[in-house]
Amino acid sequence: MANAAVAPRRRLNAPPAWLKPAVHLLVAMPGLFLLAGWAELLFGNPASLRLSAEPVAYTHNALGLMALRTLVATLAVTPIHRLTGYTPIMSLRRMLGLWAFAYAAVHLGFYLWMELDFSLSRLWAEALKKPFILFGMLGLIAMAPLAATSSRAAIRALGGRRWQALHRLAYVAGIAGCIHFILRVKGFQLEPWIYAGLLVVLLGIRLMPSRRRASRAVRQPA
Amino acid sequence: MPYHPKPDWHLPETAATPEQLYLNRRQIVAGMGLSALAGPLLASTDVAKLAPLKSRRTIATSEEPTPLDAVTSYNNFYEFGLDKDDPARNAHTLKPSPWTVRVGGLVQKPVTLDVDTWISRLSLEERAYRMRCVEGWSMVIPWVGFPLAGLLKSVEPMSNAKYVRFTTLADPKQMPGVGFPALDWPYREGLRLDEAMNPLTLLAVGLYGRRLPNQNGAPLRLVVPWKYGFKSIKSIVAIDFVERQPLTSWNQSQPSEYGFYSNVNPDVDHPRWSQATERRIGEFRKRPTLPFNGYSAQVSQLYKGMDLKKFY
Repeated sequence: MANAAVAPRRRLNAPPAWLKPAVHLLVAMPGLFLLAGWAELLFGNPASLRLSAEPVAYTHNALGLMALRTLVATLAVTPIHRLTGYTPIMSLRRMLGLWAFAYAAVHLGFYLWMELDFSLSRLWAEALKKPFILFGMLGLIAMAPLAATSSRAAIRALGGRRWQALHRLAYVAGIAGCIHFILRVKGFQLEPWIYAGLLVVLLGIRLMPSRRRASRAVRQPA
Repeated sequence: MPYHPKPDWHLPETAATPEQLYLNRRQIVAGMGLSALAGPLLASTDVAKLAPLKSRRTIATSEEPTPLDAVTSYNNFYEFGLDKDDPARNAHTLKPSPWTVRVGGLVQKPVTLDVDTWISRLSLEERAYRMRCVEGWSMVIPWVGFPLAGLLKSVEPMSNAKYVRFTTLADPKQMPGVGFPALDWPYREGLRLDEAMNPLTLLAVGLYGRRLPNQNGAPLRLVVPWKYGFKSIKSIVAIDFVERQPLTSWNQSQPSEYGFYSNVNPDVDHPRWSQATERRIGEFRKRPTLPFNGYSAQVSQLYKGMDLKKFY
């Protein structure tokens, strides 16, 4: 009897078996598309326009966009949980965060390779000279310790409270990523502001009092 | 022994554009199917469907022309969207025929020209020019057109006319991007009168031997090969002679980044990226950018004594 009572509760909070693989595939798809495009360019048809006529710029933009999208998705997990109470979604937060870091790291690596010939001194000079590079670097640097402390062992070593405080850096990364994008585009463009707006909404939801506290506050006067 | 003198515009066979670059097989087949039904078109986003233009080749280059499908699929034409592939996808709504261009301002003989009639009467030239975008990429494009100087002289500019201002169509019905304020519409560009009169300055009505596809600025666009691409204004509806340096769209939007002159200059960086090198479409490694995009011999005398770091 006791076992039967525990089993459904565990099943309730565990993510459905398909959820993680499906999200992995979804997030990996743009990366796989880029890989397929480059394979075609290098080994099949060098005139292919799958990655536009300027595949280097296309790849660079696609990687940056995926880093930002995945980061915004990561930051959306907790608010969605809070609003819907759907706990299994929390299992996606770490994997989305790691994907965001991976896309951002490859984005930087590709820039270093194609534009700076892997020169870190040139990267330093660029970051000091150009604010949009500085904000991009800031975003990536903010994500690095989060990726490094994403394991259960790291949470245990740091302690939950300190780990959580450290992982607030994800907001810094999100804000820096949005500024990086806003400063990069030519003319006035809406797209980067959409991500900035999403970020503001996500941050706003977190600042709202939590459901339990709110309901208690309502109950008290009665 | 018969002697066949070569005309001054003669080019050696090796300098000619390879035929397969003009039209790939698929486009020929697609074009045949369509032309059997409707004949060549005066407006399309697909070059193969467009009317061919007779021209004589006057300026060629040893550099390989950028493949046609890259030229027509990678465009900055914000009136049709902000992404590079947006113009090719969206510009089918543009109606470049019939089309009139008003030439006026400080001139003795203002004129309004019907572009279709005008094209049929002109003696057209083919000129392969390098095109360097301010974003750091470049192409080689065989344009079909005529020197702007001829048109400018025919309207007899007044002595106080010092600049020429060009205006693009801004019709929200034909151009979905005009509904969004990416720039202050209509798109405007300008040249100093001596720049406009330089023999290199071209009014293009075609590329790769056919009329301009919509996304490349049909039916009539400017080509100023020693300046960044955004100076080469597309789909022109008005050309005006003015006394003072005209306000131009990109200069207005971000004066620190886009100067009025905007001559290609590897020594003056864009505030956000270097202009020392460029990526030729079709190549992976960057190549050095040349002063005046390699046209120094033809144009550097226009800027004698000017500080090009100040007048960027």
